[in-house]
Amino acid sequence: MSMKELGVVGRNVGQRDLESHARGQTTYYEDVHYPRMLHLKMHRSAEPHANIVKVDTRKAAASPGVVCVLTHEDLPGKKVWNGLAAVGVGPEDEPVLAFDKVRWRGEPIVAVIAETPEAARAGAAKVEVEYDPLPGVFDVEEAISGSAPALTAHWPHNHYIYPDDHAASQIRFGDVEKGFAEADHIVEDKYQTSPIEQAPMETNGCIAKPGGDGRITVHTNTQAVHFARDNTAAILGLAPGKLRFLGGTVGGGFGGKVDVAVEPISVLAAMRTGRPVKFKYTREEEMQVSSTRSAWRLYIKDGVMNDGRIVARKITSYQDSGAYLRFSSYGSMKHAGHMPGPYTMPNVWVDARVVFTNRPPSSAMRGFGVMAASFAIELQMDKVAKTIGMDPWQLRLLNAYRNGDMRAHRKVNEDAAMVETIQAAARLAGHELPAEYQAMTSWDRKAS
Amino acid sequence: MAKVRGTGFAAVNYPTGMHLGGDPTQSLIHMTPAGDFVCTMASVDLGQGLRTVLAQIAAETLGVPYESIVVETADTDTGPHCTGTFASRTTHRAGNAVVMAAAEARKAMLEVAGELLEASPEDLETDGAGNIHIKGVAEKSVSVGEVAGAAHFGYGKTIAGRGAYLKPPSPMDPETGECDPDSTQAHACTVVEVEVDTETGVVEVIDMKSVYEVGQQVNPDLVKGQIVGGSWMGIGHALYETTAPGYPAIDPAPVDFQNYLQPGAAEMPEVACEVLEYPAESGPYGGKGVGEMVTNGPIPAIVNAINNALDVRITQIPVTPEVVLRALDEKRAQAEG
Amino acid sequence: MEDKLIRLTVNGRDEAVVIRPLATLQDVLRDTLELTAVKSGCGQGGCGSCSVLVDGELRLSCLTLAERAEGAEVTTLEGLNETNAIVPLQQAFVENYAAQCGYCTAGMVVAAKALLDRNPAPSRDEIVEGLSGNLCRCTGFAPIVRAVQQAAQALSDTGEEAS
Repeated sequence: MSMKELGVVGRNVGQRDLESHARGQTTYYEDVHYPRMLHLKMHRSAEPHANIVKVDTRKAAASPGVVCVLTHEDLPGKKVWNGLAAVGVGPEDEPVLAFDKVRWRGEPIVAVIAETPEAARAGAAKVEVEYDPLPGVFDVEEAISGSAPALTAHWPHNHYIYPDDHAASQIRFGDVEKGFAEADHIVEDKYQTSPIEQAPMETNGCIAKPGGDGRITVHTNTQAVHFARDNTAAILGLAPGKLRFLGGTVGGGFGGKVDVAVEPISVLAAMRTGRPVKFKYTREEEMQVSSTRSAWRLYIKDGVMNDGRIVARKITSYQDSGAYLRFSSYGSMKHAGHMPGPYTMPNVWVDARVVFTNRPPSSAMRGFGVMAASFAIELQMDKVAKTIGMDPWQLRLLNAYRNGDMRAHRKVNEDAAMVETIQAAARLAGHELPAEYQAMTSWDRKAS
Repeated sequence: MAKVRGTGFAAVNYPTGMHLGGDPTQSLIHMTPAGDFVCTMASVDLGQGLRTVLAQIAAETLGVPYESIVVETADTDTGPHCTGTFASRTTHRAGNAVVMAAAEARKAMLEVAGELLEASPEDLETDGAGNIHIKGVAEKSVSVGEVAGAAHFGYGKTIAGRGAYLKPPSPMDPETGECDPDSTQAHACTVVEVEVDTETGVVEVIDMKSVYEVGQQVNPDLVKGQIVGGSWMGIGHALYETTAPGYPAIDPAPVDFQNYLQPGAAEMPEVACEVLEYPAESGPYGGKGVGEMVTNGPIPAIVNAINNALDVRITQIPVTPEVVLRALDEKRAQAEG
Repeated sequence: MEDKLIRLTVNGRDEAVVIRPLATLQDVLRDTLELTAVKSGCGQGGCGSCSVLVDGELRLSCLTLAERAEGAEVTTLEGLNETNAIVPLQQAFVENYAAQCGYCTAGMVVAAKALLDRNPAPSRDEIVEGLSGNLCRCTGFAPIVRAVQQAAQALSDTGEEAS
């Protein structure tokens, strides 16, 4: 693509918000002040897996300063939901407020709204829940082994079911078994990433403010205002036009502010009380209640030739979704679609599974699905290089995808510049490459 | 036993936009009576600088000064639909929507300028400094402010534009996985040197060098900000961070920054980076996107460097001192066994 | 315990505020006086986003009981701009891109001011140490350290105070 000469694109013009940040003048969602504002705190499940026998809110409601107590019985619209229901992802599986069962420690059960944050916290602590504990399952492979308790009726084997009754998001390209049979070496390993907190400096939160016109303005730090508004309206059974979502500058997101976790219940509380209601996650909630980056377990098996060509790659991966789906099926498809990384291989087989466990639900974070894939692939590449005694730089350059190559998901590759990027990094690091590797390009596989 | 050093690297690609597309962003741009422009979006700035980047793109297409563009964000009453700020999609999706809206507004602006200059709009050009003149005839010129005044008070015209960018959704074939997942791919390669204390298991990243390829950069300083910040976050992910140190067990469960460990300024090495630009066909002025990929190279590069330093095979993160010491124990046992 | 009236000086202005029992200085500054540059990133003393100066000393306002600030001189980030001119330390943050989302910035600038007030020519290690109570999730700290280095240099060149 030939670029016309550019004026201001490509120039360092500073960053618009910086002076405002440095002077402390930037307005975040909670920097608005409303008189008579109420505060919401959640009573959360103390058990990772249990039937709820009884919920008693009488003491909470009578607690000093408490104005309103909300349970699942107060929900005017949906009892269970999924944020992607509008684009056909389902079934909706996650209770807005838990009713018959809890499936993770920290699951919201009762919202307590009071005059001050302290009064709301004290009231929430007085909610009494009687549990009938159930055995829990925490490991992804144990969860799908057949001997674990099923978390929901939607997914009897504790894994997400893709269209056409598939247990995994699949890639089938070429014939990996044939590739393994032809290969000089088989290289296998197992990889594990951890649940990681997005840890934005500002925790999830919102303020729902009823207006005189019957509308509610929601000051929120969501990463997606329309998405949050439309889901809030759908959950509460409201006309979307009743809601105005207002963001602004957000105190960091990293994927941690897309769950619509605080807005629906705050709007409901504002409707019930007619007063502004603030619901701000504590740091403790941010760490143990809000979605983490999903932990991933991967098994990779490669068939490799003596000259370094990887002729087959088979990947089975397990994404720990925690107790509910949220965006995990999306993340798993992105993960599968990313395989086998920036390399071209004639035979690729991927089964990427979403597994349900009694852990806090996981979701997106910076590089959803791809970070775990890149981590495992790049450790695997080093193992392949070591196995066949090849320079790991040369191994990657030899296998790197070129423009015009067919990717494993059957799209012809374009905009590739992996070869040039690796070559430049080798120069930057002072790693000398043989002339034929320096001559490689992304535009001509034969050049070397 | 002492401190040993090792090097490692990793090569990564990263897709731009939501997987499988279907993620629209729209933009509205209008000219005020004073001749500046308001670009209204529902996109959300998380700190990466989208207000800056979108103003640059709008100014480029309109051919007016960057300073004359206001970018309004994150209001569902006024802002046209944006799917959201994630999936490294804002520069690409919102940027393309802004290009379209700005092109329509520019056309309207040049039509009014043409009437004032008694020339055909096709014969006009902008100088990027707030003036419109007949091509090759600099003195036949009118200011953008004069055009605004004429449009508003003389002709009763709006100078405005609409933009909508949508990569049509591509379903993923459930059997083969066939799909068109992304708009373009960005690339990175990170090289790391670590020093590992074999007594304590503590890993220190002492050097990190990266090359990125992100298409045409809209604002190189902001790209570098993402790379440096992501390098630090990559160190955190590789060596420290987890909400479940006993994973898959749910306890212990850190609830504060004393127990959820992240690197501090002291753990941050010098980060060198070089950025290559291979413009993307589908991007605004060839831009791809850089927001998310910046942790993906550092994490495996660090673990590869640790394995290189110790001649062990660690395949999990975070590589805490305990993980390092266990790997060394295993290596010792194997050597003895 | 009952509500109580306390008097303190905030950014040079005398204030009298009624506080609830166990109210923190952060509650007074953010909620009562609406000095919203004082952030509340954790409420646990773990992030530094609520940093302020109390009688010139760096304090975490979320862990400081409001009562303990009775009669004190408190400075928040807003207090650095009494004349509305941006001060060299803030300018250095701008020039070095030492903020992205900006949420940690107010506490970070206040912590840097506390450092430069007591040590106008800190080494890199002393800057790292001086900011060790303040977290940033966006920038990777490198631009922040550079900003403080630049501010210290500017101060030694002009002989001015940090702010």
